[in-house]
Amino acid sequence: MSRASLRVLGARELISADVNIVNNTVTIGEGVVHANELPLDIPVTGMVIGTLLNYKGALEKLGDTVQAKPYCSPPTAPVLYLKPANTFNRYGSTIPMPVGVSKLEVGAALGLVIGKQAIAVDEEHALNYVAGYTIVNDVSVPHVSLFRPAVQHRARDGFCPIGPWVIDHQEVPDPDNLVIRVFINDVLRQENTTSNLIRPIRRLLADVTEFMTLRPGDVLLVGVPEAAPLAEVGDHIRIDIAGIGSLENRIVDEQQFNSWGTT
Amino acid sequence: MRKARIAYGGAIHEATEWQGQLLVDDGRIVDENEVTWLTPIEPRTVFALGLNYADHAAELAFTAPSEPLVFLKGPHTFIGHQGFTRRPADISYMHYECELAVIIGKTARNVKKEDAYNYVKGYSVANDYAIRDYLENYYRPNLRVKNRDAATPFGPWMVDAQDVVDPMSLKLTTHVNNKLVQEGTTSDMIFDIPTLIAYLSSFMTLSENDVILTGTPKGSVDTAVGDVVVTEIEGIGRLVNTIIGDESFINR
Repeated sequence: MSRASLRVLGARELISADVNIVNNTVTIGEGVVHANELPLDIPVTGMVIGTLLNYKGALEKLGDTVQAKPYCSPPTAPVLYLKPANTFNRYGSTIPMPVGVSKLEVGAALGLVIGKQAIAVDEEHALNYVAGYTIVNDVSVPHVSLFRPAVQHRARDGFCPIGPWVIDHQEVPDPDNLVIRVFINDVLRQENTTSNLIRPIRRLLADVTEFMTLRPGDVLLVGVPEAAPLAEVGDHIRIDIAGIGSLENRIVDEQQFNSWGTT
Repeated sequence: MRKARIAYGGAIHEATEWQGQLLVDDGRIVDENEVTWLTPIEPRTVFALGLNYADHAAELAFTAPSEPLVFLKGPHTFIGHQGFTRRPADISYMHYECELAVIIGKTARNVKKEDAYNYVKGYSVANDYAIRDYLENYYRPNLRVKNRDAATPFGPWMVDAQDVVDPMSLKLTTHVNNKLVQEGTTSDMIFDIPTLIAYLSSFMTLSENDVILTGTPKGSVDTAVGDVVVTEIEGIGRLVNTIIGDESFINR
């Protein structure tokens, strides 16, 4: 059992609960409920910031192109982007496939949930600002060029499922060593680990808060591993992160999606 | 009507312009220098446009884009009128950008250009500071350039949309220490307000208090610690900001 915070759909407040990350169950009072039977809302309250090219393999995949135009050199500061409010989506709900798009990239990301205001924190103390960890599916429309901000590719409605819960930081002794797996229709399609980050978590927090305050409830994604699997309408996507749990969603045609995120 | 959000007497209030002063929502009339100005609305998703004036694109040696160059700004970068923005000690080029801010009033998805103004509830002024030293060519302009704490003054107030006859024909100016350094007109935008609303709502849902910062004309000049930067748009507002240095912070 792990201590977590979560929000039941329709409830205003986050609650603390014991969760079983293997069985995907929640203990509430005397009862044990499976996450699929307990409609869960988004377990965070602030902004969501993504990090590009923070897996060694993702940068290596670009090869020499980082020296060529338009990039001209490898990135020096963290490359960040916002996942705006219209993208937020909950555990178990559907992800809309936009009209005119046939495949979406599954972005399996560990989310650092901020616990107290973080301004210009140093590496040594950075983890003191993390309340816990969650799973984020940083969905995107496949795009090759990384030169201009990818708002059209990353900021579509429903493109940021978050959940099922936030595992308390004490339960995760080494967040820089978590295995991440993506299953599409129960077939393993990707496996990586946060030990492959270019900027490990403490360093990422230090470099980001140098110029941008993170507030309680904000979520910083540590990055998306290279070779993101592609998914189509009808596919069931499950992202497992060791020690955190499983985030499950299904892709539907945009016409079947509604703003409540249910079908 | 011109609507502000202010802090006064230990509380946050809404206020409206009243004969050169401010009428606080509780009935008090106060001078504009007696209050702390907050952003006129609490922004939700904020879009900003790069290179949306042909003269500014040319100034930066870019050809004008064929589709809107849009980037997003987070909530912690915004500050109100008469605020302070930090210029880090280690940089060489930090410039202001006077921009018309378009504030969305209701949920918008797949809006047609001809209906777009129905989704605007008001206008304001933004100063979208950039620090060019930090530019990198990944998701450019990157957040280190454009999403810094307290580096986007926004205000002083929101002018109701119905009070702005033609938002596509407004004069923009920036003065640094009373010297005119930037001048342009919103009529020179490459992608006008209806086009931007139609474009953004074609791929995502816009909601009340989403904001579109529509880009800046040419006239970008480096600024120094102590400079008073006034970005002004005719009929909308006059937004004042002062640049402060690292000596104002013990952690920098």
